[in-house]
Amino acid sequence: MFYLIGLLSVIFFALAITVISKSIKLNKSLVADENTDSALDANNNANAYGMIIFWALGTIAGVWSFLVAKPDFLPVAASEHGLRTDTMFWVSMSIVTLAFFLTNTLLLFFAFKYRYNKDRKATFYPVNHKLELIWTVIPAIVMAILVFTGWRTWRDITSQAPSDAVVIEITGHQFGWYVRYGGNDDNQLGNYNYKLIDETNNIGIDFTDKHSFDDFTATELHLPKGKPVLLKIHAQDVLHSVYLPFHRVKMDAVPGMPTKFWFTPNISTDEMRAKLGKKDFNFKLNCTEICGRGHFGMAITVFVDEPEDYKKWCAEQKPFLATNPTYLAKVPENLKAKASKYIPAEPVAVDSSAAPAEEAVSVN
Amino acid sequence: MSTATSHAEEVHTHAHDHEHEHHELNFWTKYIFSTDHKTIAKQYLISGIIWAFIGGSLSIIFRLQLGFPEMQLDWLRPILGEWIDEGGKLDKEFYLALVTMHGTIMVFFVLTAGLSGTFSNFLIPLQIGARDMASGFINMLSYWFFFLSSMIMFASLFLETGPASGGWVIYPPLSALPQAMPGSGLGMTMWLTAMTFFIISSLMGGINYICTVINLRTRGMTFTKMPLTIWSFFFTAILGLLSFPVLLSAALLLIFDRSFGTSFYLSEIYIQGQALPNMGGSPILYQHLFWFLGHPEVYIVLLPALGMTSEIIATNSRKPIFGYRAMIGSMMGITVLAFIVWAHHMFVTGMNPFLGSVFMFLTLIIAVPSAVKAFNYITTLWKGNLIFTPAMLFSIGLVSLFISGGVTGIILGNSALDINLHDTYFVVAHFHLVMGAASFFGLMAGVYHWFPKMFGRMMNKTLGYIHFWFTFVGVYMVFFPMHYIGIAGFPRRYYSFTAVGNDGAAAFTDMNSFISIAAIITFSAQAIFAWNFFYSIFKGKRAPQNPWNSTTLEWTTPIEPGHGNWEGEIPAVYRWPYDYSKPGSDVDFIPQNVPFSATKSSNLPEEEAEIAREKDIEGLLGAQNESYNR
Repeated sequence: MFYLIGLLSVIFFALAITVISKSIKLNKSLVADENTDSALDANNNANAYGMIIFWALGTIAGVWSFLVAKPDFLPVAASEHGLRTDTMFWVSMSIVTLAFFLTNTLLLFFAFKYRYNKDRKATFYPVNHKLELIWTVIPAIVMAILVFTGWRTWRDITSQAPSDAVVIEITGHQFGWYVRYGGNDDNQLGNYNYKLIDETNNIGIDFTDKHSFDDFTATELHLPKGKPVLLKIHAQDVLHSVYLPFHRVKMDAVPGMPTKFWFTPNISTDEMRAKLGKKDFNFKLNCTEICGRGHFGMAITVFVDEPEDYKKWCAEQKPFLATNPTYLAKVPENLKAKASKYIPAEPVAVDSSAAPAEEAVSVN
Repeated sequence: MSTATSHAEEVHTHAHDHEHEHHELNFWTKYIFSTDHKTIAKQYLISGIIWAFIGGSLSIIFRLQLGFPEMQLDWLRPILGEWIDEGGKLDKEFYLALVTMHGTIMVFFVLTAGLSGTFSNFLIPLQIGARDMASGFINMLSYWFFFLSSMIMFASLFLETGPASGGWVIYPPLSALPQAMPGSGLGMTMWLTAMTFFIISSLMGGINYICTVINLRTRGMTFTKMPLTIWSFFFTAILGLLSFPVLLSAALLLIFDRSFGTSFYLSEIYIQGQALPNMGGSPILYQHLFWFLGHPEVYIVLLPALGMTSEIIATNSRKPIFGYRAMIGSMMGITVLAFIVWAHHMFVTGMNPFLGSVFMFLTLIIAVPSAVKAFNYITTLWKGNLIFTPAMLFSIGLVSLFISGGVTGIILGNSALDINLHDTYFVVAHFHLVMGAASFFGLMAGVYHWFPKMFGRMMNKTLGYIHFWFTFVGVYMVFFPMHYIGIAGFPRRYYSFTAVGNDGAAAFTDMNSFISIAAIITFSAQAIFAWNFFYSIFKGKRAPQNPWNSTTLEWTTPIEPGHGNWEGEIPAVYRWPYDYSKPGSDVDFIPQNVPFSATKSSNLPEEEAEIAREKDIEGLLGAQNESYNR
């Protein structure tokens, strides 16, 4: 990588010097030209050669810089749909690179070849309907194919999540992510309400919903390998965007409008570490929608576990209600019995009286 | 060698300044509150150039941060003051402010006002054969609203809480809530105020351009005889007229949300330990409204550049533009499609995926007319006799950048691929090439080409060549490697890449440094242009009547046209603007005002019939004169 900067700089300066020296060299004959009114001057050939030099050096620099940068591209997609989009990306990229190369080559080559020559007259060639038809239809066909394959993939990715998908809630805030799981008993996320947010209950879990009782929160994202995962995405303050680069997942988090994205992770963290030969490799969840000062640091670590490890991890997690028993006070009377079983036996009585006061403060 | 002549010319300049003052214009009415389209164009151009240097220098500051994250920036403290923190680092919020203001300034103040404002104003009356714009007064107001807008935007750079910092798209709630970031305070208020005036300015300009093109064409100048520049300005004005009001409504609703407690964009927000009462609003609504302008804006910026390029490439290839009607058709196609592709900026915002499918189809359709344009430019070069004026070089550069940036649009327009690439450096690379750099090259091409008409003097060509090669190579060096960083999944608007993890930041350290160095060199090279431009205004070589041997009407005016453009009658137009190297003709170009009856040797069979119509065209002179005397 270090050499990249060096070589490309050299190319840059070489080209600049070539042009300048040619200009200076031809400057003597320029004097004569400056006195006539012609737009043509002695640098015309130098500029024409510049086009072809640019083409040659540009091609070399393009290919070489690609080869240098390639090892640092995202590794193989760690999700099923990611494999599909990656393939499509490289196929599309090949097609457009070919088009890019051919058209730029023609452009620069024609510029060079048809540089001014006083013995030649330009060809009066205003129109050719057949030619125009050809180059309207060909891009249209290529485009149609790309769109159609893209649309099918898009349709599959954005289809309804399978009913057995693991549902995980991710909430973006300035500047971090809250993760909530549906719990080990009912495996369903309870309601939330932004007006219930306080310093402890920072997601705003609604304890009038019985599905909330066994919900647990986490500071990192654990996903089961090979199982469909449905991310339910919220934002508390401003727009954020959930980006799992290694899984090719991206979806904005919007205040007031829940969004979602489902995918199937297919490489575990351990497998990825082995594959890349990096012992400390970790999947990441980053923010990709500008959200303020800490935007660039808004990341959490993502672990993809083997299904049994995932189960084990889940089983180790304690429901929010168990770690914060004061919230039992917010459970309606008729559900108290159901909620109480998540409360550890001892310290309840003292704290529950304090809860209403806390609530009054936090909601304002 | 030029100094020798310039001394003599200095004397002439002073004498010359007074020659065209028919109406006893004083300094204020001639240069400041002028209603003359040429003066207004120059005002736009010089404002645009100043803005370009401001916008560019902002980008250099944040490129320093990105390219050299370890660098001590204490030496910038005399300019940036508190924005350099105690550790000698760029403030994180100010970084976002720089990104935001760079985008705003470049898109609106340079490439909309500086490009379209300059050349629509300058060229429409001159190329269609009109004495001035339909309303000189509204035209003047248009510039002064732009100036007011500029002043407000410029002043916001010096606020203690910083200018607007939520990205140039200013998505709410970030932009709506002052508690979300300091830049969303007074800086955002001023941004919105400035943009409101800017939109008013754009609308007044746009209405004028449309009226002028429709009503004030000289006799014989039918729509199908208009130069492609005029077509492009015409379409640009229509795009602006239909889309800017939508941005105004988006901005107004945001102003209501910010200042009057409404909830158009706000819902269920808990921020800084406080739950806000706003319910039922939608940030997505803002995005729809914004991109309904935002996408046409891309073409507002690009179409004038493409139009001028068509003209310059044809002139300097000494060949007619290939597929004149296809060029108009594709611009018309782009204009229409530009209004129905906006949501491709929103594939992963939570918008209904079905809408995403629809917009993917529409987006990829727009690639077809764009491809046609590129092919037509290339074919115009084919078997031409190319004269590489600086304008021609920049035009060829534009076509190259238009292609290079355009092809990646096919990737990004594909919603399935956009999932991974959205808001990464791949997007940054794409739009900087296709819209930023390409339009900038169009602006430069236009300046080099029409400078003689604007100021009656020539710019130095050699400096022009050096400027071009530095800029052309430099732009590729800056933006080509950004694709790689994007493919590696690096999000944009990141202050640093420390949180990307897995040694990601280290992987592209060198490349980011390289990009920054290239950006600094490219930016510095613009000083060559600035010097050339301002020096040549006063000391450049006198321009001949028709320096590029061009066919269009502006070169039939006096070298320095006065108020009203033509001293005698406005010439009539008999033919299309691309009769270059016509077989059977002695000269290699036949201006538009030469009747077919005078060029019998070179007329095509169908053009013989046009001779009979020349009498009718001449008969319109009375009516044309009368329209000016009403």
